[in-house]
Amino acid sequence: MSTSAHETALLRQARWRPLEFVVWAAAFVLPFLVPSHSLLVNEIVIVALFAMSLDLILGYTGIVSLGHAAFFGFGAYAAALFAKLVMPDPLVGLLFATVLSAALGLVASVTILRGSDLTRLMVTLGTALLLLELANKLDWLTGGADGLQGVVMGPLLGRFEFDLYGRTAAWYSLSVMLLLFLGMRRLVHSPFGATLKAIRDNRLRAMAIGIPVVSRLAVVYTVAAGIAGAAGALLAQTTGFASLDVLAFDRSADVLLMLVIGGVGWLYGGVAGAIVFKLLQTWLSNVTPQYWMFWIGLILVLLVLVGRDRLLKPWALLGAGRAKKGGAR
Amino acid sequence: MLTILFDGIAYGMLLFVLAVGLAVTLGLMNFINLAHGAFAMAGGYLTVFAMQKLGLPFLACLPLAFIAAALAGALLERTLYRPMYGKPHLDQVLFSIGLAFMAVAAVDYFVGSSQQNVQLPEWLRGRTEIGDGALLLGMGHYRLFIIAVCAVLTVVLQLILSKTRFGSRLRAAVDDPRVAAGLGINVNVVFLLTFAVGSGLAGLGGALGAEILGLDPTFPLKYMIYFLIVVSVGGTSSITGPLAAALLLGIADVAGKYFIPKMGAFTVYLLMILILMWRPQGLFTRKGGR
Repeated sequence: MSTSAHETALLRQARWRPLEFVVWAAAFVLPFLVPSHSLLVNEIVIVALFAMSLDLILGYTGIVSLGHAAFFGFGAYAAALFAKLVMPDPLVGLLFATVLSAALGLVASVTILRGSDLTRLMVTLGTALLLLELANKLDWLTGGADGLQGVVMGPLLGRFEFDLYGRTAAWYSLSVMLLLFLGMRRLVHSPFGATLKAIRDNRLRAMAIGIPVVSRLAVVYTVAAGIAGAAGALLAQTTGFASLDVLAFDRSADVLLMLVIGGVGWLYGGVAGAIVFKLLQTWLSNVTPQYWMFWIGLILVLLVLVGRDRLLKPWALLGAGRAKKGGAR
Repeated sequence: MLTILFDGIAYGMLLFVLAVGLAVTLGLMNFINLAHGAFAMAGGYLTVFAMQKLGLPFLACLPLAFIAAALAGALLERTLYRPMYGKPHLDQVLFSIGLAFMAVAAVDYFVGSSQQNVQLPEWLRGRTEIGDGALLLGMGHYRLFIIAVCAVLTVVLQLILSKTRFGSRLRAAVDDPRVAAGLGINVNVVFLLTFAVGSGLAGLGGALGAEILGLDPTFPLKYMIYFLIVVSVGGTSSITGPLAAALLLGIADVAGKYFIPKMGAFTVYLLMILILMWRPQGLFTRKGGR
């Protein structure tokens, strides 16, 4: 009986709330309402998808990564090169880039299985830096420091051309994000997702109750890499450009920050973080173009000092106070 | 050949001084401090300005850089770092990288983004050559100076850690702060001093390294990865682990850039990943403890 009770609990978490429908509908209407900001919408959607993929490994599995841009950049280059050398169809290119990034993730997952947080920080960072060096040195293929230019995309589904204002791009990215989001949501609310959280909370205990920790970590890392690759592919396809910056350390740090601002272990956290981050970035870099880094640093420090959870849910502050005074709640 | 080895050793020694403070905070106190490079940058800039503006001699600037960085470290430890000790690693990463970002932007704002140069005194600028052919050993005097300073520092640090009362207090405080406090060790003071010395060493390293590594506002981020490699590859046994790692890294980097320039830093990153996959806790680990 208890199994079915657990199943209903999982199903209840997985149920869609009315607000979610509203949010998604609003997102799809946005390019209609503010066509001039479609490019920004597109950009936000891409980084939101990227942040979600990081959440799979950080928020749900507890693996701290400083090099998630490895997969993002790999997907971007894969999609750009595919369009340039093989065929310009965006969907085939997206699939190609996703599968290739997932394969890279599977290979790279070997590096995160052992060691402490520090070891994982270092090997994830190292992987991203390796790819960055590679993309820089293989300039006959990737264009080196100048970036890979002249990526021309064919029309979407053979009908919808990518226009200058980015409306097609925004809808394309939104649709891809919705599909991948549904997949991720299914994943984290499944028994598989529950085992990930068990690994995050206590790896030793997870191992002791018979969860195959190594294979679970490999699978989730592969999936996250594939999705990050898809996000990178979307960026390359909609901007028609891929440069070293997609693999840079800043990308990894930014996405980590977005996710933390939005809240880890919550798929919408990535979306919320991406929106806040991008709007903040657009605003701050207008005000102080050069010293945007200072403010980002200040936000990070304050965020941690105040406490990530409390910033996210201000009412928890009240709750903590009450719990201290009254004891039980 | 020998010249490359020599340069590699000098580079490695320099990295060691820069990273040894981090080795203590990160390796021993288990605090991931990505802002360590900011202290090194502070030491470097202080040296540059003390020499340019105040006309102090280079040798006088070195202890000054150490003291200033140590004071800054002590101040930050007392105010900002201490509440972070018990937090999860993710929080420490975010916090310290935020500090590093702020330092980079602040330096950019106050002194500009151009590269700063250190004017070495005359007696450090020369170069001595011994032998010839494949065995030619060309020693830059400044590199020789760095090796000498770093060797002395290494020995002194090792002695402090293993032979003095403070060293044993530190090791006790690190292994189990509660029991150490129960034995009458003032853990807070021990950590404060350790952190200050670590930051001071970073400042000294920055002052020494400004000539070789270059000094501009992106310094903390550019070399962060190298410090972290030294510590993670070296492990946390004592300071010999990071020393070995720094030497390995320095020689591999110099040799890699000399023999296969097209590979750039590729060699170093690959080496690190392979070592960490082989021994996730670093080359030298300490038995017991945690």
